[in-house]
Amino acid sequence: MSETLYAISVDVNGRRRTGQVPARLSLVDWLRDEVRLTGTHVGCEHGICGACSIMLDGEPVRACLMYAVQAHGHRVTTVEGLARPDGAVSVLQDSFCEAHGLQCGYCTPGMLIAAQGLLDANPDPTEAEIRDAIGGNLCRCTGYQQIVEAVRLAAARIKESAP
Amino acid sequence: MSAAAASPRGYRYIGTKRRTKEDPRFVAGRGRYVADIALPGMKHVALVASPHAAARIVSINTAPALALPGVLYVLTGDEFCANTDSLAIGVDAPKVTRWALARGLVRYAGEWVAAVVADSRALAEDAAELVEVEYAALPHVIDPEAALAAGAPLVHPAHGSNLLYQRKFVWGPVEEAFAKAEHRIAFRAVWGRSATVPIETFGVAAQWDAGTQILDIWASIQMPKFPDQTARALRLPGNAVRVHYDVDVGGSYGVKRGLKHTVLVGYLARLLGVPVRLIEDRLENMRGGDMQGPDRFFDMQVAFDRDGTIRGLKIRAVDDVGAYAGRSPFQLGKPVTAICGPYQIQAIEYEPISVMTHKTPQEAVRGFGQAPTNFALERAVDRVARALGMDRIALRRKNLIRKDQFPYTIPSGSTYDSGDYHTVVERALAAVDYPALVHARDDARRAGRLAGIGIATCLEPSGGNSAFELLMNPKNETTTWMDSCLVRVDLSGSVTAVIGNSSSGQGHESLVSTVVGEILERDPATIRVVRADSLTALPSNSPVGSRMAIMLGGAAAGAAKEIKETLLAIAAHNFECAPQDLEYRDGSVSLKGAPDKRCGWDQLVEIAHRKFHRLPPGMEPGLQAKFVWEVPTGGALPTPDGRIHIYPCYAFEVHIVLVEIDPDTGKPAIRNYVCGHDCGVMINPDIVHGMTYGGIAHGIGAALYEKFAYTEDGQLAAGTFMDYLIPSAMEVPALAIVDHCTPSPLTTFGQKGSGEAGYLGAPAAIANAVNDALDPLGAAIDTLPMSHLAIWTAIGAAGSRPPLERPA
Repeated sequence: MSETLYAISVDVNGRRRTGQVPARLSLVDWLRDEVRLTGTHVGCEHGICGACSIMLDGEPVRACLMYAVQAHGHRVTTVEGLARPDGAVSVLQDSFCEAHGLQCGYCTPGMLIAAQGLLDANPDPTEAEIRDAIGGNLCRCTGYQQIVEAVRLAAARIKESAP
Repeated sequence: MSAAAASPRGYRYIGTKRRTKEDPRFVAGRGRYVADIALPGMKHVALVASPHAAARIVSINTAPALALPGVLYVLTGDEFCANTDSLAIGVDAPKVTRWALARGLVRYAGEWVAAVVADSRALAEDAAELVEVEYAALPHVIDPEAALAAGAPLVHPAHGSNLLYQRKFVWGPVEEAFAKAEHRIAFRAVWGRSATVPIETFGVAAQWDAGTQILDIWASIQMPKFPDQTARALRLPGNAVRVHYDVDVGGSYGVKRGLKHTVLVGYLARLLGVPVRLIEDRLENMRGGDMQGPDRFFDMQVAFDRDGTIRGLKIRAVDDVGAYAGRSPFQLGKPVTAICGPYQIQAIEYEPISVMTHKTPQEAVRGFGQAPTNFALERAVDRVARALGMDRIALRRKNLIRKDQFPYTIPSGSTYDSGDYHTVVERALAAVDYPALVHARDDARRAGRLAGIGIATCLEPSGGNSAFELLMNPKNETTTWMDSCLVRVDLSGSVTAVIGNSSSGQGHESLVSTVVGEILERDPATIRVVRADSLTALPSNSPVGSRMAIMLGGAAAGAAKEIKETLLAIAAHNFECAPQDLEYRDGSVSLKGAPDKRCGWDQLVEIAHRKFHRLPPGMEPGLQAKFVWEVPTGGALPTPDGRIHIYPCYAFEVHIVLVEIDPDTGKPAIRNYVCGHDCGVMINPDIVHGMTYGGIAHGIGAALYEKFAYTEDGQLAAGTFMDYLIPSAMEVPALAIVDHCTPSPLTTFGQKGSGEAGYLGAPAAIANAVNDALDPLGAAIDTLPMSHLAIWTAIGAAGSRPPLERPA
């Protein structure tokens, strides 16, 4: 089957990435298989589990529910793009390590994206707001307890370091 | 939140707050999961699945699929089954054969009928839709009781029956206990078919090297004897299969067994001479991934006295394993090892019955049958309390094994190593402020809501030798499940530990580095832990059955101790003294009383590696030690009446939960959750707590939400996350753990297993809470999951009739 290919250009983690993609290629498959950024994971492929969450123009979205062609001209941030410019992990990522907010690590990239989206919009969230923000991301290891603690810790650290 | 860990007996690293070794790579998106492995020239598999629960395959036309450009091969059951051997079955039922692809008959909806190999997964899926399969539908049976009835359609006609296993164990004077007891109750408790359903589906990639004649396998596995069984099914010698354990597994909790997938992909890779990969999509995972959990009902009878003494139990457990079986029937065997829970019950009858139906096969799930059994036991205890009008906590206190009774042997032959159940219960009650919890419940009730408190206790048998295999099948002589570790110190002085198992979030690198660091007094952060492959690793039995803290921890400690002894021997030889005159500290050795007479780590390492003339005579140069750790207390055979000791260690947990239910919708909400937990010495408290929280969340799912429901025509009705409901952060409340530490006398540091913690007791506690909430209405539910609809239905039915009379 020969499929029509479409040229796309996407800002991925601050770098322009181009590709020739069939219309039916999902964004997550493009990121993983073509751009070779495998930090974003595939869990359910129907928009429930949130493992494939990425930021599209700064907002968390499901990369399994988008086609790669739809990302053309947009700005995508994956888990690999959460680190600071010097390559060190972000305060949020470090807080996940400190609170052990993960076990197998499979849902973690999506959780980090969801939590980063929350902290960007609301730097001082309540526990209920944290649970609401990660409520669309499923984790089978942690029971969410240490994830909530990690996000709370990150918020406190960011607040502390603010001028 | 969790209370401070009990003092870990002066350990330097063990039991302290320490970051894990694994977390940094995962938060950076640098895990290496099977779907991240891209082999050059790799091809992709998609599957053709049966739409029928039972049917005869009349014909398969692969030509239209093969005609699609990019399609390499279409494999059907006729070819595959002729060239590979059936997967092993644990119980004695040799006619119940099992291959990845059906041949002749399909036995469940979703069973794989053909495998398509193509350049991409998308093309393989396109081609799978073009494979034309003609079926002749056959009668099917999906209810286990109907499957046992005369004339039921047979899942495996060659086996002659749908009964896979049945035995009645009688331990102690059961009939006498029932005759003499002042009261008896009987009820049925039903555990719905659910599983731990990891967010990562199962995946496997395989590559055959025609030069070396080795099949390399990367898979998301948590499976004992996996390389061996893969090789056998492929008719290859064991040393022709190399399973790479350094694949990060995206969650398993028991279910990632993947043998059929691996044999299929291994066969294709060898046949086609290209790397081949199969990554299940979600529907394949849920329907044909063979990872659904126990599906079991318990006919429970309890004999007890007016004062609350439980005299005897009769348990008939009927478990629906689905259309095929590997190790799943053994999930009726593990409960033998804690059949009376943490209680002093002297007479027990247990009749496990394993039945086949036309449903997706069952696989091992966290706890290996313990969570369902605990649910039935704890429902029984609450029902006894209710029948007597006795306080549920007082009843438990009365029957719990006392601290001064350990080691305690139960009627089925298992000996509990240690515990202090009463103290853990008291501490959890104090932490939850039980009188305040009762007030909160009663306030909610006065305000017109339904509210209930649930309590459950249970045990976590851990570190066992898998001898339930032998108990349930005398041909299956298994009395050990060793684990092992190789510790080496290189010339630079760096320490590396080599382990032989995959990891799915349990933190084995943290475990091993902590233990080795503790013994060698070296910073665990500097110790590297590598996961070898099956051809280079020492024997392991994989991280199942809450065994790694005990078994891998024990092996790593054993190897590290040998390194330490070697260093002491080298120093003694060079100081011309006896090792006992020396003192080991922080990796250096000095003469007792003369600390300046000292040989440092680097010097000792250099002697071991390079200065044979300074080594004690007969000592092997280089600095490495292997240690194979045998299951403590392992090796015993079952008695003729089926008494057996399998697990060395028993952790204890108590769950206390407050549930409120909206009377108009039946929707439950968990308001308060405290778990008292004693797993002995914790090696890494964050890891133990994390697994316990996660286990509780699994338990909440099993109790209230998750079910692999089937339609009457045998179709799975919960194949997506829109129908199979996994609890989110909105359903799982804030959880509190109260740690207590009763060390095991049998393990290196006093540790016990904890990988199944939380899940074992949570469903029972929640079920008891829902029933406490429904009790004022006179309603009761003993079937899991207690969905909104089930609760709402029970409320509605109760509204039309007066409350149940309490039995005398």
